Amino acid sequence: MILRTLLTAALLAASSAVFAGEALTGEVQKQATNWTAIAMFVGFIIATMGITKWAASKNTSTSDYYTAGGGITGFQNGLAIAGDYMSAASFLGISALVYTSGYDGLIYSIGFLVGWPLILFIIAERLRNLGKFTFSDVASYRLGQTEIRLLSAFGSLVVVAFYLIAQMVGAGKLIQLLFGLDYMIAVILVGVLMVVYVLFGGMLATTWVQIIKAVLLLSGATFMSFMVLKYVDFDVTKMFTDAVAIHPKGAAIMGPGGLVSDPISAISLGMALMFGTAGLPHILMRFFTVSDAKEARKSVFYATGFIGYFYILTFIIGFGAILLVSTNPAFKDAAGAIIGGSNMVAIHLANAVGGNVFLGFISAVAFATILAVVAGLTLAGASAVSHDLYACVIKGGKAKEEDEMRVTKITTLALGVVAILLGIVFEKQNIAFMVGLAFSIAASCNFPVLLLSMYWKNLTTRGALFGGAIGLITAIVLTVLSPTVWVDIMGNAQAIFPYKYPALFSVTAAFVAIWFFSITDRSVAAQEARAKFIPQFVRSQTGIGASGASAH
Amino acid sequence: MHENDDTQRIERIYEHPRFKELVAKKTGFANFLSVIILGAYFAFILLIAFDPKLLAVPISADSPITWGMPAGVGIILLSFLLTGVYTLRANGEFDRMTKEVLDEVQQ
Repeated sequence: MILRTLLTAALLAASSAVFAGEALTGEVQKQATNWTAIAMFVGFIIATMGITKWAASKNTSTSDYYTAGGGITGFQNGLAIAGDYMSAASFLGISALVYTSGYDGLIYSIGFLVGWPLILFIIAERLRNLGKFTFSDVASYRLGQTEIRLLSAFGSLVVVAFYLIAQMVGAGKLIQLLFGLDYMIAVILVGVLMVVYVLFGGMLATTWVQIIKAVLLLSGATFMSFMVLKYVDFDVTKMFTDAVAIHPKGAAIMGPGGLVSDPISAISLGMALMFGTAGLPHILMRFFTVSDAKEARKSVFYATGFIGYFYILTFIIGFGAILLVSTNPAFKDAAGAIIGGSNMVAIHLANAVGGNVFLGFISAVAFATILAVVAGLTLAGASAVSHDLYACVIKGGKAKEEDEMRVTKITTLALGVVAILLGIVFEKQNIAFMVGLAFSIAASCNFPVLLLSMYWKNLTTRGALFGGAIGLITAIVLTVLSPTVWVDIMGNAQAIFPYKYPALFSVTAAFVAIWFFSITDRSVAAQEARAKFIPQFVRSQTGIGASGASAH
Repeated sequence: MHENDDTQRIERIYEHPRFKELVAKKTGFANFLSVIILGAYFAFILLIAFDPKLLAVPISADSPITWGMPAGVGIILLSFLLTGVYTLRANGEFDRMTKEVLDEVQQ
């Protein structure tokens, strides 16, 4: 028996902000407790706790802890990357966007995919050949350790923080909707579970949680799409024809709507998505879990396939929801709105095509999805603090392994507490801009420094430090002055910065500043950094001296 | 001592004609594929920004399917295809060349 609790506000105005799909926003009300879903989720927790226990017995060194000993295969890592990248909010958000605006949902998901080929062509193998635990290893390879590690650790932590807040708040609201648990309990539960995975199981457990979640999510979405296609007798034309006939926007759902308006915002958004993906610390970290460049390349190939396939499925699911959910009064409240808001259409569709048991399955998968994403973020944040800040900056690279591990564990605990607190603090806030900001910062600070450290001989410590900092600050300031924050959140009438996304300006500012402060740098350190380029280049191309897989 | 050996080995690799050939081929190929995906995506995004109507044109008079559908799904497939093409060539040809260079410059 589903209590017809209503939304006081729409969960998300799907087409108003591109990143809204990544962050569930608005107020929701608790649903009735769903016991099937809870039972399936408990099954997931028991299985993953078993894996964590197994992983804990294998974790004996920092390399095991941060990179699963480098022993993950390309295929496994591809699945894990997909598991890290496909968030619950993107599953529900994109299908909701397709449901409300049709084609715009496809535009949105394409932006999140196209960064992957670029990561393969310009970043993956060099990153794998040069780094050990974090992308800062690569950025600081021939530059000043202290300055560059401080900058990239800060860049990582800021990105992780914004991404984590968005995920925690989304998690709390989603669990309220799916399981009927209290928001506070939901946030605490997510925080505790993610800490347990990361604290005891490290990268190995996190990887397997992500792999299992990716398999569950892809299977569930495949089944739903299959049932939708079966409903239209496997005739895609019929699916679109019927959807156009049913949808209030009619034929408009078959073309671009209001998602991308002016060219500047369009290019800016494209840059944030493409280059931001290549600067996300929790994603970059995954490349150190495989044994060599060969496996790193395979990882991206498989990840691109899985993520692309998933986005095509969400598109079918969105159209399926137009056919099967929008026409069914059982999924609507007295006023004719979708129960739980448009973000729930995929969940309702699960009920429509697979009954209550499949509904429970998809709800449990959505929860598992959140856990996999926050665990990856926590591990990236913890490694930035313990490896970059503690071991390399404070201890000058001479930290004892057990001390570094201890700092990691303390940081993981602290991050768990902070994530829970922020999740509670931001419950009622509009956090739709946060994932966009995380991508913009990753594109404007982490990406330029990482890219130029591998490609540009004349990069110096001063250039990277100033340029990275300028990119970071520009991205934050322009986001605050943009319509998304200045008007929508702070309530001003007119935005000072007229475009929704800062990346075009902040990425350009970062590159220009890095270039300028590097070429004008005449210090001895700058000459040393330039002299180290050839050895670094040879290593990045051939993999000699790269940290390999440890034997288990 | 070890440090010195290493430096010499790296210099010999760097000067090796086969290494230069490898770098030229690999960089050229990676740049070529990057331009394709960047070009395809930004062309798509700019088309949406400047002339969204074009993507809303049906592929035939009686079909609900618009040109935007094959264009969008095409970019997803293109991404997958290009990563496959690069991985295949890099894991085969480029890695073989790398191994040849490393074997030759082995002390």
